[in-house]
Amino acid sequence: MELHDVWFVLIAVLWTGYFFLEGFDFGVGVLTKLLARDRTEKRVLINTIGPVWDGNEVWLLTAGGATFAAFPDWYATLFSGFYLPLLLILICLIIRGVAFEYRHKRPEERWQTNWEHAIFWTSLIPAFLWGVAFANIVRGVKIDENKEYVGSLLDLLNVYSILGGLVTLTLFTFHGTVFTSLKTVGEIRDRSRKLATRLGVVTAVLALVFLIWTQVSRGDGTSLIAMIVAVLALVGALGLNLAGREGWSFALSGVTIAAAVAMLFLTLFPNVMPSSLNEAWSLTVTNSSSSAYTLKIMTWCAAVATPLVLLYQGWTYWVFRKRIGTQHIVDVH
Amino acid sequence: MDLALAPETLARWQFGITTVYHFLFVPLTISLAALTAGLQTAWVRTEKQKYLRATKFWGKLFLINIAMGVVTGIVQEFQFGMNWSDYSRFVGDIFGAPLAFEALIAFFFESTFIGLWIFGWDKLPKKIHLACIWMVSMGTILSAYFILAANSWMQHPVGYRINEERGRAELTDFWLVLTQNTALTQFFHTITAAFLVGGAFMAGIAAFHLARKKHIPVMRSSLRLGLIVMIIAGMGTAISGDLLGKVMYKQQPMKMAAAEALWDGEAPAPFSVFAYGDVDKGHNKVAIEVPGLLSFLANDDFTSFVPGINDVNKAEQEKFGSGDYRPNIPVAYWGFRWMIGFGMASLGVGVLGLWLTRKRFMLPAGLRTGEDEVPHLVLFKKPLSPKFANLYWIVALWTMGFPLIANSWGWIFTEMGRQPWVVYGVLRTRDAVSPNVSQAEVLTSMIGFTLLYAVLAVIEVRLMVKYVKAGPPELTEADLNPPTKIGGDDKNPDRPMAFSY
Repeated sequence: MELHDVWFVLIAVLWTGYFFLEGFDFGVGVLTKLLARDRTEKRVLINTIGPVWDGNEVWLLTAGGATFAAFPDWYATLFSGFYLPLLLILICLIIRGVAFEYRHKRPEERWQTNWEHAIFWTSLIPAFLWGVAFANIVRGVKIDENKEYVGSLLDLLNVYSILGGLVTLTLFTFHGTVFTSLKTVGEIRDRSRKLATRLGVVTAVLALVFLIWTQVSRGDGTSLIAMIVAVLALVGALGLNLAGREGWSFALSGVTIAAAVAMLFLTLFPNVMPSSLNEAWSLTVTNSSSSAYTLKIMTWCAAVATPLVLLYQGWTYWVFRKRIGTQHIVDVH
Repeated sequence: MDLALAPETLARWQFGITTVYHFLFVPLTISLAALTAGLQTAWVRTEKQKYLRATKFWGKLFLINIAMGVVTGIVQEFQFGMNWSDYSRFVGDIFGAPLAFEALIAFFFESTFIGLWIFGWDKLPKKIHLACIWMVSMGTILSAYFILAANSWMQHPVGYRINEERGRAELTDFWLVLTQNTALTQFFHTITAAFLVGGAFMAGIAAFHLARKKHIPVMRSSLRLGLIVMIIAGMGTAISGDLLGKVMYKQQPMKMAAAEALWDGEAPAPFSVFAYGDVDKGHNKVAIEVPGLLSFLANDDFTSFVPGINDVNKAEQEKFGSGDYRPNIPVAYWGFRWMIGFGMASLGVGVLGLWLTRKRFMLPAGLRTGEDEVPHLVLFKKPLSPKFANLYWIVALWTMGFPLIANSWGWIFTEMGRQPWVVYGVLRTRDAVSPNVSQAEVLTSMIGFTLLYAVLAVIEVRLMVKYVKAGPPELTEADLNPPTKIGGDDKNPDRPMAFSY
């Protein structure tokens, strides 16, 4: 296995980490409107992700930075090509971060409800758009012989990519519901579990269509295995949620995300961004990667830093492992 | 296409706006993280309540500020790919690595431990909680280092070779990229400048409260801490600035000449105090100068030759082909002056402030708390008049903005002084933009970010003002008795969270 293959895997891992972690905090953001009955419950939901959402987001920055360093041409084509959707995502992430930090810093109800609306929309939009983006990457886009994206914004909106967006949106929201079932107590926890069942069914239907479509049009043996794992894990997550095994259910909804991401990357390899105009113009792990020397340095850095990151991020989850409920929220809003 | 709306121009404006805006928050984040950590350390060691109150007060302002720093930083990483894709393709092999290092080593640190610090007051024992803010501080400084190493490579490319076949620059010596003198001096200069921002921020806000005779014990400690930081950082900024100037003169003679509006080389070269010139004809109409000083700044002696703008332009034309290799001279010239002027002015206010508050001799009777704080006059036999004291508080408050102005102009100068190069001597800015991104797209994002940033600026400043005015919080029983085990003490599981959104 050559270093650029290693980095292809590592970037898949970084995206998996991002979707696993920010997936549930996007989900919780969406749930503030779907699940919470009043503003105290909204605060409970937001506080379940309070200590961790910022750390979760860094997985995206690392995926971006790693792509820049390991596959500069992929980075350049992707972000200049998907210009406006990416702009929308960035604006959402800006508003979202500020919303979390500033929402409670003034007592006025209007101030707080405005930020709550912001949290909902800025969680929902990126959760949808990431799916659109990845579906387009897998499907192939108009890339010319100079590695430039020459399509338009409308080319990015097609049935397959919109379905992909709906899958990430529902999957992340389901993942978030399982997470809040695990992290809350009292009435909100019961409702969360019920909602998880309903959302899980919708997610399963959409995901099944999308994954089968992907498998039929682009898959091979390994992607089929990943797809089966994703589907089984999703069914398992649903069942375990019904059985009240929230921790295991969350682990399996995470496996679903990981397996689905793995499947997408498996169908891509050895391309990183296939061209729909001419197969010869596709970006591949070899024609878009950095030099062996850069990849070697990066590999060392990743080998040392990644276990440490996992260790201290894991520790954070352990420090804040207690469930919270409305009784833990001070009465002043 | 109209040049004013050409994608390159727009992309440059967008980069300038988003970067300068981002950098209003970064220096304060770097310095306030360390200062808050210092105050919390003082609390843990001395158990004096004023330090805990100070920690909570400055910590709150720090959090309001860092939120903006973090979210505006996300844009920075992605706009290279969005607006500067040819740049990204050309230098990704080199420039990407420090960015990836920054994310893996610094951002994860910063963002994870800040969560622990914010929500950990009732979940972590005192010392572990303290360690978290130090981790955040370390993260901010590491992050600055990696980004400055990347930027320094653009100022002075080292450790690379050009791969003709792939049409790009490739890394040959990463260690050199991380340790070249440009990176180290830029780091030294930027960090000291950051602490100048934090010191002035702290001193200014403390002065505001002291002028109103409120929160005296907390604010007096903060004032002195702020002033001392201003002085040390101010001197550090001056020293590192001088070092950086010498490095810059060797590596980018054009930038130095532009900073001085020195059109034709001279020996000895004078330092320009004021100049007004004709850019097209390449000479100054009015010039007030200090003889020999520029030679000293560039070469450490008062008589040596310093090449001028026209000389360097000619040399570069011979080397790189015909063209205009001059940056925007008025911007470079005035940017350099605003940077030094405002930076040095804040150092001056710091020195003045520390001297005036020595033995607290300018504090009126109402601001004194103990026998040891009776005014001790050295220069004057009687206390300063209230009018003068009041003037000082106002000056201290206004000085808060000085280092920020100096920082912004410093960046504008260093980035615009390098034009028309994006990587000095290697890649021109006009060859760096995304060829497939339309004018409409760049315009959309530039307007989008500018509007969003403007709205957020209003929100942020108002929030800051609110919390500045509110002053340090009163302490509760829970504040004074932090938990002794990780995860929090569990005698009362329904106790409200110490911090919640």
